[in-house]
Amino acid sequence: MDVVTLSRLQFAVTSMFHFIFVPLTLGLSVLIAYMETRYVRTGDIAWLRMTKFWGKLFLINFTLGIVTGITLEFQFGMNWAEYSRYVGDIFGAPLAIESTVAFFLESSFIGLWVFGWNKVSKKVHALSIWLVAFATNLSGLWILLANGWMQHPVGYEIRNGRAEMVDFIAMLTNPYGLLKFFHTIFSGYVIAAFFVMGISAWHLLKKRDQDLFRRSFRTAATFGLASSLLVFLVGDFHAAEVAKTQPAKFAAMESVWETQRAAPYHLLLVPDVANERNAVETVSVPKMLSFLAFHDGDAEVRGLKDFPKADRPPVLPVLAGFRGMAALGMFFMLLTLVAFILSRKDHMDSYPLFLRTMLWSLPLPYLAAQLGWIVAEVGRQPWIVYGMLRTSDAVSRSVSASQVAASLIGFTLLYGLLAVVDIYLLFKFARKGPDNDIGSMVRTARQEI
Amino acid sequence: MEYQVLWFVLWGLLWAVYFMLDGFDFGTGMLQRLLSRSNTEKRIIINTIGPVWDGNEVWLITAGGATFAAFPAAYALMFSYLYSPLLIILFALIIRGVAFEFRGKGGTVAWERAWDTAIFFGSFIPSLLFGVAFGNLFQGLPMDESGYHGTLLSLLNPYGLLTGALFVLLFLEHGALWLALKTDGELAQRAERLSGRIWIVLFVVAVLFLIHTAFATKLYANFMNTPLWFIVPVAGAASLGAVRIYSTFRNYGRAFIASCVTIVMIVFTGIIGLYPNLMPSSIAPDHSLTIFNASSGIYTLKVMTAVVLLFVPVVIAYQIWIYRIFRSRVTDREIEDNREAY
Ligand code: HDD
Ligand code: HEM
Ligand code: HEM
Repeated sequence: MDVVTLSRLQFAVTSMFHFIFVPLTLGLSVLIAYMETRYVRTGDIAWLRMTKFWGKLFLINFTLGIVTGITLEFQFGMNWAEYSRYVGDIFGAPLAIESTVAFFLESSFIGLWVFGWNKVSKKVHALSIWLVAFATNLSGLWILLANGWMQHPVGYEIRNGRAEMVDFIAMLTNPYGLLKFFHTIFSGYVIAAFFVMGISAWHLLKKRDQDLFRRSFRTAATFGLASSLLVFLVGDFHAAEVAKTQPAKFAAMESVWETQRAAPYHLLLVPDVANERNAVETVSVPKMLSFLAFHDGDAEVRGLKDFPKADRPPVLPVLAGFRGMAALGMFFMLLTLVAFILSRKDHMDSYPLFLRTMLWSLPLPYLAAQLGWIVAEVGRQPWIVYGMLRTSDAVSRSVSASQVAASLIGFTLLYGLLAVVDIYLLFKFARKGPDNDIGSMVRTARQEI
Repeated sequence: MEYQVLWFVLWGLLWAVYFMLDGFDFGTGMLQRLLSRSNTEKRIIINTIGPVWDGNEVWLITAGGATFAAFPAAYALMFSYLYSPLLIILFALIIRGVAFEFRGKGGTVAWERAWDTAIFFGSFIPSLLFGVAFGNLFQGLPMDESGYHGTLLSLLNPYGLLTGALFVLLFLEHGALWLALKTDGELAQRAERLSGRIWIVLFVVAVLFLIHTAFATKLYANFMNTPLWFIVPVAGAASLGAVRIYSTFRNYGRAFIASCVTIVMIVFTGIIGLYPNLMPSSIAPDHSLTIFNASSGIYTLKVMTAVVLLFVPVVIAYQIWIYRIFRSRVTDREIEDNREAY
């Protein structure tokens, strides 16, 4: 394999691995902050036990988010030197801002939160987890603005053989980036909601600590319903933005070959890439695709044949990824709606089948998020910066294929090992359930300074 | 002042603060096994840096990000030319980070031992390799119009290794002083005694480094042109002396601060010597990357300056606040009381 393929593979492995941990952090930090606030407000020890139980799982997950993030930060220079040189003027700024305004905040206050139970007042302690939650979401904003810029570059001029920034505000208000931000953040909230509901369901099935897990379930169900709706809503606008700015990606997402007005939506569709057509197209809704793309049933949708072959993304992964994500998104709305209704009156205990469904659905939002990244990143190919720089021109010239092969193997082994340990620990502590040592709880609860 | 120069100073400052802060984490990590006599002591040692190591590591991420934003060409070449050492540093930092978090969660002695090993290597390897990388940067890298001609092995030249050894010793001393300050009883006494011994070796290596620098690099040229700058290495040497003096009077707080100053001054000795180069070429001086030919446009530098001037003071303020909250010594009582401790 050549350097480009290997580097792409390595980027895909390391970033998708990072994104296993990131979304849970985004959502769970908010849920834990809410739980601790309830504790501070009411003094009810149950909320404190919840904070600590979910907090422990949060930290096991959080650590891997941190250590895998550093890889990504270095990798642009290590593997994508030509890219970094070409767009660093614009792309480097949000990364640097991200660490200045977000990573410092998050890493400093997580330390205070973990080690400060007996050192600061309850209110300051709760404030510190709110700051962590705020900072993780803020870090998402900057990295997604950066990524949004690669998808839809704005506010730059080509000078001195590279892209130079001329309008910072344009980058900040890039609709592509902002849609990405909200879609990704809410997808993280969905993941966290399913995580909490899934583990709570397991304990409820075992009839352990029912009060605590009912509360957890209820909190997460409300949060999950709201965020599932929001992911869907933003996703719809996001798709429309893609149709506008990256027509080739949109055509691949829906496997549209011919440019057409009033394009129908085919529920069942099997592409035949070799012959540039679809082998099967049935169960169609007239005008629906034009409507999804432009919110106008008669609009023109461009087909893949409109683009030179060299400018088309691979169709199959993009199409399958998009369909999979969207189908899962609808399923989540349904599940969270049921969860919300049942948990209002704590009726979920009477439906073990439903609890089991929630338990087994835990990995599904993770899957949806990974599929989303495949749509976004593979769909952008062959461009690394859409319409500006090709991925094949972006790779480091001084790095050899054997070096990247070695590092790719290294990352795969190391990350594989870390994943095993992390999942083992998550399982162990999730099963163990919350601490019953009320003595130590109350001691920490007395932490008035 | 030109923006490029301002950013060069900021760049140096970010690295200096990073080494000053993560330096004692590395030192602490390397000394964990050597200084401890029991598992409780091992836990105490890592709990001294528990609340702060991640915040310290972010200075590295910011230094990397700032290089990317302000000097993209340097970020691109530096990181791709030094691919292998950076990769090893990365792996080491990854295992160090997870080791802190996972060590206490397995429940068996073998598990703890394994993560202790990870903590040692996760602290030692970056200390050494950052030194090697900076040593080679000071010397210049073998690069010309056709690219880079070095390998991982060519980086391990005598001067690179000497700088590596200097970094390891600086951080060992820094970590020993930190532990003298942050633990109590016998453990603290052991750290005090060890810091005295490390100091002697550090002193010898530092002198060798300063001499070898004159032969292996062109760093002193700028100092010869503007002798006023000699203040910086002299301050470095003086503060290294001060470490000794304060330690003799068992004022480990001051000794630790002096050690901070030493690290910052050594980094800045290198930075001043490099100016205006970011990455000198050892074989084709015309192909050196300077802060002018490697920088972003002025517009980007202005935006970044605004961000940094606005936010970095805030960061420093809350980091100091958090250090103050955790200023007391870590005792066995305390880690027994806090179930969240490592
Ligand atoms: C939408 C969210 C999101 C996305 C798309 C990314 N990250 Fe991330 N990152 C986070 C959200 C996040 C986070 C939730 O804020 C993390 C996870 C755990 C943590 O401490 O912060 C984090 C950690 C994290 C860290 C460690 C910070 C620390 O030490 O505290 C670095 C250096 C990066 N990330 C860098 C990147 C880069 C270069 C990315 C792109 C290629 C990237 N992240 C994608
Ligand atoms: C963390 C979530 C992310 C995931 C899961 C993800 C996923 C992927 C995948 C699957 C690829 C490979 C595409 C291919 O080779 O066909 C890729 C490539 C890439 N992505 Fe992302 N991505 C993420 C975030 C980002 C962000 C935030 C950025 C920019 C800041 C980014 C920039 C890139 C670059 C530079 C490449 C390599 C070039 C390429 O192959 O396109 N990615 N990513
Ligand atoms: C319900 C219908 C959904 C629609 C219409 C939708 C739409 C989209 C679109 C169009 C993209 C590609 C953006 C691009 O190419 O840049 C995308 C990406 C993504 N989706 Fe979805 N999505 C849906 C559900 C979900 C769900 C349920 C999740 C996860 C829980 C999710 C997570 C993601 C992620 C992480 C990305 C990559 C980041 C980004 O580009 O925003 N999506 N989505």
